[in-house]
Amino acid sequence: MTFAASTLPTDEATFAQLIFGAPLLGAVLLLFFGKRLGKLSGIIGSATVGIAFVFGVLSFMDLTSIATGHGENARVLTKSWFTWIEVGDFNVHMSLVIDQLSIVMVFVITGVGFLIHVYSIGYMSSEENYGRFFAYLNLFIAAMLLLVLGDNLLVMFIGWEGVGLCSYLLIGFWFEDRANATAAKKAFVVNRIGDFSFLLGIFLLAVSAGTLTFAGINESAVSGAIGGSMATVGALLLFGGAAGKSAQIPLYVWLPDAMAGPTPVSALIHAATMVTAGVYMVARTFPLFEAASFDVLLLVAWVGGATAVITAIVAAAEYDIKKILAYSTISQLGYMFLALGVGAYSIAIFHLVTHAFFKALMFLGSGSVMHALDGETDVRRMGGLRKVMPITGWTFMMGWLAICGIVPFSGFFSKDAILAGAWADGQYVLWGLGVATAALTAFYMSRLYLRVFEGGVVMPEGTHAHDAPPTMAAALIPLGILSLAAGALNFPGGLTFEHFLEPVLGEPEVAHGLTAWLLGGAATVVAVGGIAVAWALYLRAGGLQVRDRTERMLGPAVRAARNKLYVDRTYETLILQPGRDLAVFCTEVVDRKIIDGAVNGTGKLVAGSSELLRRLQTGYVRNYAAAFLVGVVVVFSILIVRVAA
Amino acid sequence: MDFVAPKIALSGIAPEIALAATALLVLLADAFIGDRPRTLRPEHGSARPGSGILGNRWHLPLLSLIGFGAAVYLALDAWDRVDATGATTQFSGMIAVDGFSVFVKITLAVFGALTILLGHEYLVRRDLEEGEFFALVLFSVAGMMLMASSADLIVTFLALETFSIALYVLVGYQRSRLDGQEAAMKYFLLGAFSSTFFLLGIALVFGATGSTNLYGEGGITSFLATTPAADLSLLVLGAGLLIVGLGFKVAAVPFHMWTPDAYQGAPSPVTGFMAAGSKLAGFAALLRLLDVVLFPLRWDWRPLVIGIAVVTMIVGSILAVVQDDIKRMLAYSSIAHAGFVFTAVIATNDRGISGALFYLATYGLTIVGAFAIVAVLGGPEERRTRVNDFRGLFAAHPLLAGILTLLMLSLAGVPITSGFVAKLVVFGAAVEAGYTWVVVVGAIASAIAAFFYLRILVVMYMVDAEVAEEPKAVMGPLSIGVIGLSAAATLVLGLFWSPLIELAEKATFFAGP
Amino acid sequence: MPITYLLILSSMLFSIGVYGVLARQNAVLILLSIELMLNAVNINLVAFSAMFGAEGVAGQVFALFIIAVAAAEVGVGLAIVILIFRNRSNVDVDEMSLMKW
Repeated sequence: MTFAASTLPTDEATFAQLIFGAPLLGAVLLLFFGKRLGKLSGIIGSATVGIAFVFGVLSFMDLTSIATGHGENARVLTKSWFTWIEVGDFNVHMSLVIDQLSIVMVFVITGVGFLIHVYSIGYMSSEENYGRFFAYLNLFIAAMLLLVLGDNLLVMFIGWEGVGLCSYLLIGFWFEDRANATAAKKAFVVNRIGDFSFLLGIFLLAVSAGTLTFAGINESAVSGAIGGSMATVGALLLFGGAAGKSAQIPLYVWLPDAMAGPTPVSALIHAATMVTAGVYMVARTFPLFEAASFDVLLLVAWVGGATAVITAIVAAAEYDIKKILAYSTISQLGYMFLALGVGAYSIAIFHLVTHAFFKALMFLGSGSVMHALDGETDVRRMGGLRKVMPITGWTFMMGWLAICGIVPFSGFFSKDAILAGAWADGQYVLWGLGVATAALTAFYMSRLYLRVFEGGVVMPEGTHAHDAPPTMAAALIPLGILSLAAGALNFPGGLTFEHFLEPVLGEPEVAHGLTAWLLGGAATVVAVGGIAVAWALYLRAGGLQVRDRTERMLGPAVRAARNKLYVDRTYETLILQPGRDLAVFCTEVVDRKIIDGAVNGTGKLVAGSSELLRRLQTGYVRNYAAAFLVGVVVVFSILIVRVAA
Repeated sequence: MDFVAPKIALSGIAPEIALAATALLVLLADAFIGDRPRTLRPEHGSARPGSGILGNRWHLPLLSLIGFGAAVYLALDAWDRVDATGATTQFSGMIAVDGFSVFVKITLAVFGALTILLGHEYLVRRDLEEGEFFALVLFSVAGMMLMASSADLIVTFLALETFSIALYVLVGYQRSRLDGQEAAMKYFLLGAFSSTFFLLGIALVFGATGSTNLYGEGGITSFLATTPAADLSLLVLGAGLLIVGLGFKVAAVPFHMWTPDAYQGAPSPVTGFMAAGSKLAGFAALLRLLDVVLFPLRWDWRPLVIGIAVVTMIVGSILAVVQDDIKRMLAYSSIAHAGFVFTAVIATNDRGISGALFYLATYGLTIVGAFAIVAVLGGPEERRTRVNDFRGLFAAHPLLAGILTLLMLSLAGVPITSGFVAKLVVFGAAVEAGYTWVVVVGAIASAIAAFFYLRILVVMYMVDAEVAEEPKAVMGPLSIGVIGLSAAATLVLGLFWSPLIELAEKATFFAGP
Repeated sequence: MPITYLLILSSMLFSIGVYGVLARQNAVLILLSIELMLNAVNINLVAFSAMFGAEGVAGQVFALFIIAVAAAEVGVGLAIVILIFRNRSNVDVDEMSLMKW
């Protein structure tokens, strides 16, 4: 594989700047005139993202029209505006790149982004700061596009910080509520930790590779110009940034709290796009990871696998509909890192795409439910809603089946490919983690779906549930179809998607033949098993209470006859209770005490030492002079020791 | 008998001479055409230029600006000379004429001119005398410029005192303010105190080398070249005290205690001027002294300066977190920024020196704008400078809030602002010199620092109902101009930094023996 | 006379000055203490100057500069002291702590 070094500013990508310029223009317009535009803001906001999508399609056509005679790598379009830094031999251009990888990301961002914008028109209709909301949302889209279009780490970092800022602003959108402001701050602080790791990585690569373009870095990684140990440190630092943005252990704690923001924000930023930036970044720089002397990729895989399992367990113990989806998102991101770690880069991106569809769909569906139930988020107070709100219910079902990995829904193909990749890489333990996660995922998502949408109708008192209004439905239905059908992008046999990405990401190694069939079968069995357990425990649990009451009336004899009850009890004590304890342990101890504690502790340490230090600033000039004198004495002592030595 | 005037080359200090002359002219003109405030001339009555901000009091600021223009012109002229013939010294080796000093002088002139513009509007609105203000700013800029081009410790001391004494007065300029008086008193006492240590340092260096001259024959440079290392202990101790004295001026921990009080009590335009100019002047002297003259002794002073850099970055950032007053917070932030510049000092390479110049120039432009915003929002006695007083600023003045956001992001070091580039450059220099761990500390300090810049932003964008009193900006064309200029510089230098960095690199050459 | 004697005198004077700055509450006395420190430095410079003989005349020149600058500094200092005295009718530095923390 060779890499085209971008030495000269080029101007091939005609539409690159328009892709990201359109939403930026929208953001500026809405920021200044949002109040005056009123309800028009939503339409402008959506339209600019739609326009960006159209430009994305045009760029795609440009890209595919290029003759591939000179090897696959000719299919790269770059757009340079100006030279940004020029210090000696070190250059950074403000330039964008359109290749197979970035165009896929552009489609996800603008496509899903457009649908979520449309959804928000309905969802946020009663919101006072309607214009401001769309301004932030557009700004986010622009920053995210810059992140994926940048052809070097610095441009990417600008987008990276930009999405972080927008995320912060949008999580705290309802900042009147203190909890939301705190959540926003937590997200910001945790992300900063990752960002600094990323920034240090950029410094390091600038020094060791002498360039910041992806092409240049990858080339010097492959050619060995960056030493193995340097590549190790650089890759670790970059991965630190990725783990922060993509909510991996130990930096995942901000994402569940980030659900404080409006639901479309959760769907767009905290499920479909921003949180996948880390996955994108690692995929972009994978030759660096491969060049590392220490097996950083294995670490990536293990972090991903561990995150996937642990957060899936936590998800199984949650009752808040958005929190379940949030933990599920972290778990699915863990899958993507697992895929990256075993070298199946294009499969990670494939899962990123399908996940963007079905998770955005489910978030929007949960938003629709909350919209209908006056903001209720506790799944225990819902039930049978598919009868009341059929559009939401049916589309949610698509998402549910997709994430469970049922043939032929999209999630099956991407998840199966990841497991097959892990198997083919010889990482059988990781494969086991993946399968366990698949089972848990099927279980907790079914628990969510069955409780909320199936069975008898349960609603909080005084709410009059109604189905999604037209604009919201207009987003749900296409996403439902995509969740069902996106697997077609990469059907076994054709593998269109993988081949499309091959020039950038290489060919993934996956299991073939009988093994592949067996692995796929195993994944399906596990998924169906998870669904069945959930069905047995939860859908029938509603009936269980009714039965319980009858039993009390009829006496213990009948109750004793009902053996199944004991089976349920056994399940409860043998499987569920330890599971729940483990989940509680993960939530309470690992999550809240250790990881949260570390984050809060750092904050407290700073604030505490600040409080302590400021006492020294007494306001008395004589004390200041004394401090000065202490400083002089220290300086003198250091120097005298130095001189004497 | 014919008197033959000795031939003295003046090009090296022509900018300083121009500024001092303008200051004298301003004082003289003030006596005749200066517009005394009502409090001193009650008969003046209703003719106050309350409406038109330039009013009939435009002569003195215009004169001062012409002075700064002349200084820039003369500095550019000196640049052409050194560019053509190389760096030299003048006045028997007392004055260094080199690219470094010219760069610093032009930057200082810009800071001074901005301060004049801001100060004019600030003083007219508060009905305060103006003549002395302009003269003091002019004198202090002249002193700061002299710091950059002094090639003799005597000159360094005189320059230091020139700008310090002017600043003592400027800090307490608004005499009716109790905190202003207190700030002036504290700054003065501590400043004088630290000057004596600086002087003791010079005395020790003199005792060690027999000269106060940096480059001349028998001066410190040649002494270092000819003396065995064992005989240098007195010189090292003297250098330590020089670092202490200059560290005081740039607000390095533990010599920073005056900073928050003086910054808080001083009128905001003066605070901005101090933050920008005083720091640049102090670092100019430090860079010349440490990175050039005492370069052979770097193994002796570097551990000390690394310690100062680390402590300064951390303490400045940590203490800023709990501040409620925005001026005080910016004071601690300026301490932290001094620490960041120190990372460039310890690099002792050309990249470090040019990086420090770039850092100080961009930081100055940003901080002047930030304090200009504080000035227009603070009210007549600057009582509304608490962080909570900025609550709801976005609703009241969206554009101003936007600009303040930009400036704060720049101070925090977020990309597409000049502050990010500046940090990148100085940190890069330190990494190149092998001090990666210091940069890591710097990164941690900036992470802490992000907290408090963020706090201002959060408060600003709040629109809740509890706003006791909406922020109200009182600003005329001059303040708007300065704020706009600062914002533009922050953004433009954040996007297109290459020209300025190249200029700083080109200017990084020094007079030598 | 060995130069050591002069240096000891100078350092004693300097230390007394430092003590005065730290121990006095009256701003004028602090100013006086600073003057002591300055003069200690002057003695130091002149002593070194004498040690170097004709080569070290710079030390004596410097001492003169210090005397001149010190006068200017005291002028400004006393002006600030008077300003404060007018408002508070004392010059106790320990009562000036409006700004702290």
